[in-house]
Amino acid sequence: MELPLSPTTQALAYLVSAILFIFALKGLTHPSTARRGNLFGMLGMAIAIGATLAGAEVQGYWLIGFAGAIGAVIGIVVAMRIQMTAMPQLVAALHSFVGMAAVLVAIGTFINRAQADTLNALLMGELSAGIVIGAITFTGSVIAFAKLQGIMSGAPIKFFGQHALNALIAITTIALAVHFAHTGSWVSLVLMTLLAFALGGTLIIPIGGADMPVIISMLNSYSGWAAAATGFTLHNNLLIIVGALVGFSGAILSFIMCRAMNRSIINVIFGGFGTDSSGGESAGSVAAEKGVKSASVEDAVYWMEDANRVIVVPGYGMAVAQAQHALKEMMELLQARDVEVKFAIHPVAGRMPGHMNVLLAEADIPYDQVLEMDEINPDFPSTDVVLVVGANDVVNPAAKEDKTSPIYGMPILDAGKARQVYFLKRSMRPGYSGVDNLLFYQDNTSLIFGDAKDTIEGIVSALKGGGH
Amino acid sequence: MLGCWTAPLPFTFHIGVYRMPESILALYVFVLACFIGYYVVWGVTPSLHTPLVALTNAISGIVLVGALLVTGLEEAGIAASFFGFLAVLLASINVFGGFLVTHRMLSMFKKKKRG
Repeated sequence: MELPLSPTTQALAYLVSAILFIFALKGLTHPSTARRGNLFGMLGMAIAIGATLAGAEVQGYWLIGFAGAIGAVIGIVVAMRIQMTAMPQLVAALHSFVGMAAVLVAIGTFINRAQADTLNALLMGELSAGIVIGAITFTGSVIAFAKLQGIMSGAPIKFFGQHALNALIAITTIALAVHFAHTGSWVSLVLMTLLAFALGGTLIIPIGGADMPVIISMLNSYSGWAAAATGFTLHNNLLIIVGALVGFSGAILSFIMCRAMNRSIINVIFGGFGTDSSGGESAGSVAAEKGVKSASVEDAVYWMEDANRVIVVPGYGMAVAQAQHALKEMMELLQARDVEVKFAIHPVAGRMPGHMNVLLAEADIPYDQVLEMDEINPDFPSTDVVLVVGANDVVNPAAKEDKTSPIYGMPILDAGKARQVYFLKRSMRPGYSGVDNLLFYQDNTSLIFGDAKDTIEGIVSALKGGGH
Repeated sequence: MLGCWTAPLPFTFHIGVYRMPESILALYVFVLACFIGYYVVWGVTPSLHTPLVALTNAISGIVLVGALLVTGLEEAGIAASFFGFLAVLLASINVFGGFLVTHRMLSMFKKKKRG
C-alpha cells in the first residue's frame, strides 16, 4: 500500500470501520457476545484513526502524537482506577469531552478554512450546528457530573421565567448562527458559542437527581449528534454514520427511561420532581409515629433461611452503601440452604441506565440470576421474602393505587405481593420523588434501619452462625 | 441493504442527469445511519445499558478523526493547531478511557458456574 492513502482507499477503510462499529453495538445484544462487540469497536476505531493518519490531509504528527499520548495515559489511568459506583460520573465527564472536542474541531476548521479562503454559508451553518450542539453537551454534562459527584445539590433549580429565559437564549443563539453563516463574523461566532455554553447549563439545572438516568441518556445522544454535525462540516461520512448511531442509541435509551417512569421526555426536560437528600429526625421515632413496623436482622434471617425464594430489589442506596459484595455472600449462603435467590432490577434504578446490573456483576453475581421488571413481576406472589436494598419509588404501590400521586402510572416491581417485605433503610426520608411509600404501611412489611451494608453483613454472620 | 453502503464513498453520484450535491449525499448517509442505529440499539439487552452508554461514548470519540484533520493540516496556523491539540487530547481520553472501561465492565458479566 502506498502512502499517503488515496481518498478512495481511505473512504473504503472508513466504511469497514463503520461496519465494525455497527457490529460493536450489535454485540451488546447479549452478555456472551458483548466483549467481542467491544473488540470490534476498538478495531473500528483503530482502522479509522490509522486511515486518517495515513491520508494525505494529515501532515504534521508531533502535536498529534503528543496530545494523543497525554489523552491515552489519562484515559487508561482513569478507566483502570474508577470505581463501578462512580460510573455515572465518569460517563458524564466523558460526554463533556466529546462536546468540547466537537466545539474545538469546529472552531479549528473555521480558522483553517478562513485562511484557505474556502468558506461558504452552508459550511458555516454546519459549523454553527457543531459548535452549538457540542457546547450544550459540554456544559450540560459538566452540570450532570457536578450533581452526580455531589458538588452540586441534586435538587432541581427552578426560578420564575426559566422557560422563557431558555427560549430567549435559544432564539438568540440561532439568530447569531444565521448571522455568522452569512457574514463569518467573529463577534457572532464568539457570542453564539458563549450562549450555547450557557444554554447547556440552564437546560440541565431544573432536572432533578431522580431523573439522572434520562439526563445521562440524553447527553449520550447529544454527544452523538455533536459528532454527526462535525462530520457534516468535514464532509466525513464516518463521523456522520457514527454520530447517527450514537445519537439514536442515546435517544432510544432516553425513551426507555421515560417510559419506565411513565413520563414524557418533555415533562422531564422541563424540570421534574426531586428533593435534596438531607435526612434529619431520628428514623425510629418517625417510623413509630407513622405506624411503620421496624424489625431486626434476626427477624429477617428467621424468614429467609427457610424460604423457597428470596428476591432482592437493589436501588441507588445499595450503590451508596457499596453493599453488593455483602449481598453476594448472602446469596451464596442462602443458596447453600437451597433457597432460590433472584435480583429484580427496575429500569430506572440507580443513576444511569443499567447501573445496578454493573454493580451486581462487579460483585460476581451471575447475570442469569438478575432479572428485569417484566421477567420477575410474575414471581413476586410466590416469593417468601423480598429484601429491598436502598430502593424506594420503584416498589411504591402508590404508582398503581393513588391517582393523586406524582408517580401514578409508573410501572413498579410488585414487591408488596410477596409474603414478607424487608426494607433496608437509613432513615424514614422518602425517595427521590419526595413521595411517601405506601408499601411501608402494609402488614407484611417491616423496616430494618441502618446502613445497608452493615445490615446485610449482619444477615451474613447470622446465616453463618445459625445453621439448622 | 447493499445500496446504502455505496453511500460513504466520496464520489458525487450521477443519477440520470441529476448530479447529487455532496451535502445531500451526506444527508442520505445520515438518515440511513439513523435507521441502522434505531434497529440495532433496540436489540440491546437492558442489563447491558451501562456498557452501551460507555461503548457509544468511546465510539463518539470518533471526533478524534476530525481533530486529527484540523491539527495535522500542513497550513494549520498556531490558533488552529492549539484548538486541534486540545481536541485531540480530549477525544483520545474518550477513546482510550471509553473502550477500556467498557471492557472492564463487560469482563464482570459472568454466567452462573454450573456444577
